[in-house]
Amino acid sequence: MDTIQILFFILSALALFSAIMVLVSKNPVHSVLWLIVVFFTISGHYILLNAQFLAIVNLIVYAGAIMVLFLFVIMLMNLNAEGEPRKNWWMKLAGVVSGGCFLMVMVSLVRQATELSGKAALMKTGDIGLIKNLGKALFSDFVVPFEISSVLFLSAMVGAVVIGKKD
Amino acid sequence: MTLLALDWILMLEKLILIAIIVFASLGIALYTTFSERKVAAVLQDRPGPNRAGPMGLLQPLADGLKLIMKEEIIPNSASKALFILGPAMAMTAALMTCAVIPWSSSVELFGRKIDLQIADINIGILYVFGVVSMGVYGIMIGGWASNNKFSLMAALRGASQAISYELAMGLSLIAVLMISGSLSLKTIVDQQMAPGAWWNIVYQPLGFILFFVCAMAECNRTPFDLPEAENELNMGYHQEYSSMKLGFYLFAEYVNMIMSSAVMASLYFGGYDIPFLDESTLAPNIAAILGVLSLLTKIVIFLFLFMWIRWTIPRFRYDQLMNLGWKSLIPLALVNMLATGAVILWQQG
Repeated sequence: MDTIQILFFILSALALFSAIMVLVSKNPVHSVLWLIVVFFTISGHYILLNAQFLAIVNLIVYAGAIMVLFLFVIMLMNLNAEGEPRKNWWMKLAGVVSGGCFLMVMVSLVRQATELSGKAALMKTGDIGLIKNLGKALFSDFVVPFEISSVLFLSAMVGAVVIGKKD
Repeated sequence: MTLLALDWILMLEKLILIAIIVFASLGIALYTTFSERKVAAVLQDRPGPNRAGPMGLLQPLADGLKLIMKEEIIPNSASKALFILGPAMAMTAALMTCAVIPWSSSVELFGRKIDLQIADINIGILYVFGVVSMGVYGIMIGGWASNNKFSLMAALRGASQAISYELAMGLSLIAVLMISGSLSLKTIVDQQMAPGAWWNIVYQPLGFILFFVCAMAECNRTPFDLPEAENELNMGYHQEYSSMKLGFYLFAEYVNMIMSSAVMASLYFGGYDIPFLDESTLAPNIAAILGVLSLLTKIVIFLFLFMWIRWTIPRFRYDQLMNLGWKSLIPLALVNMLATGAVILWQQG
C-alpha cells in the first residue's frame, strides 16, 4: 500500500463519516459545519487525482461562499433541536424505502456503465485537472457550453435582484 | 532514506521551515501589536506604552502573559465545542496563508538546495483565496457559539463584508494574473525580478489600490472594522471571549495583516526583489538573506500604512461599506480587468 492509497482510504473514511454526521446532527449549524468537512475531503480526493484547480475552486466556491450563505440563513432563522418537528414512523419508513431505491439505482448504474467498467481512476498522473489544460479545454473545445452557462448565471443573478427588490 | 515512497529528509526540511515561518510570523505579530500602540500614540501626540522594559519594548510580552493568566470563561448557554473551535479556526486560517508565499530564493545548506517557500504549487494565489474564505468561519462560528445577539450580529456583518470584498479582490487580481500568465506566486515574483522587468505596480496601479482596500476590509481593519463596532455592538463577535481565546482573535487580525502585506508585496512590489540590484551577481546565500530582509521591509511598510490609515480615518457605516464594495470597487475592478485584457490583446497584435 503506497502513500496515495493510504491517503485515499483516510479521506474516504472521513468523507463518509462526516456525510453521516451531516444527517444525524440534531443542530442544523452542526450539519452545515460537517458538510464543510465533506467538501474538504472531496477536495482532497481531487488533489489525489491531480486536479488542483478543481480542488481549490471547490473550496472557494462551495466551502467558502455557498456554505457561508447557508450558515447565514440558518443562524438568522435561529433553528434549534427542540423546534424540529417530530416525524411519524411511516414517514421515516417511506424515507428509508425511497432512499434505498435510489441507492440501488445508483449502484446498478455505476456497475453497468461501460465507461467505468474495468477502469481505475488516474491517480497522480492525469493532467487535465491542471489549470492550464483545463482553461485551454474550456475555451476551445467547450467554449459554447461554457459561455451559455455563464449566461444562465447572469439570468439567475438578474432574477435574484428582481425578486429581492422592494417596490 | 525512503519509506512509503516519501523523501523524509525533505519532509523534515519542510517541517523546520514551517516551524520557523510560523514562529516568526507570531513573533512579528506580537511586535505589530506594540508598534500599533506606538503609532497610535505618535499620531495622537502622547507617549504610548513606555513602562515595561526599555522604551516599553517588553509590553507585548506583558500583554501576552496577562491574556494567558486571565480566567477563562465559557458562557453556560454557549455551544462549547464550537466556542473553542472559533478562535482556533481564525488563527489557523490566518497562519495557513504563509505556505505559498515565497519568502526568498533558495539557500544552500549542508549540500542541499533549500527553497525558502513551503510549497510552490501551481495554483498558489488561488490557495490564498481559499484560505481567506475559510477565515470567515472563525468569526461566524465564534459569533454564533457565544449565544449572544450582539456577537451574532457582528459575525453576520463580518461574514457579509468578507464575501462582498472577496469579489472585488478576485477581480482586481485577475488583471495581475493576465499580465503574469501564472498563478504560482514564485513565478510571479521571478517575472518581476528578471533584469529589465518592472514591478507589477507600474502596470496595475488601480488594481493595486483596489486590492489594498479589499485586503483592509478582509482583515477587518478600520475603516472597515464593522464587526467590532463598539458603539453599536458592545464589542463585536468576540464579546463573550476571555483569556487567550480572545487573544487568538485579536492576534489573528495581526497575522492576517502580515500575510496580506506579504501577498501584496509579492504580487505588486516584486516580492523579495531588491530594487536596482541584480541578485544573480551575489552569492546565492547572501542574495537569499538580503531577499528575506527586502520582503520584510516591504511588509513593515505595508503594516505601517495599515496603522496610519486606522488611526486617521473613521469607520464606515454599514450601508456605505456595502455601497463602496458593490457599486464602486467591483465596477472599477471590472473596468480595470477589461482594460488590461484589451492592452494585452493589442500588444499581442
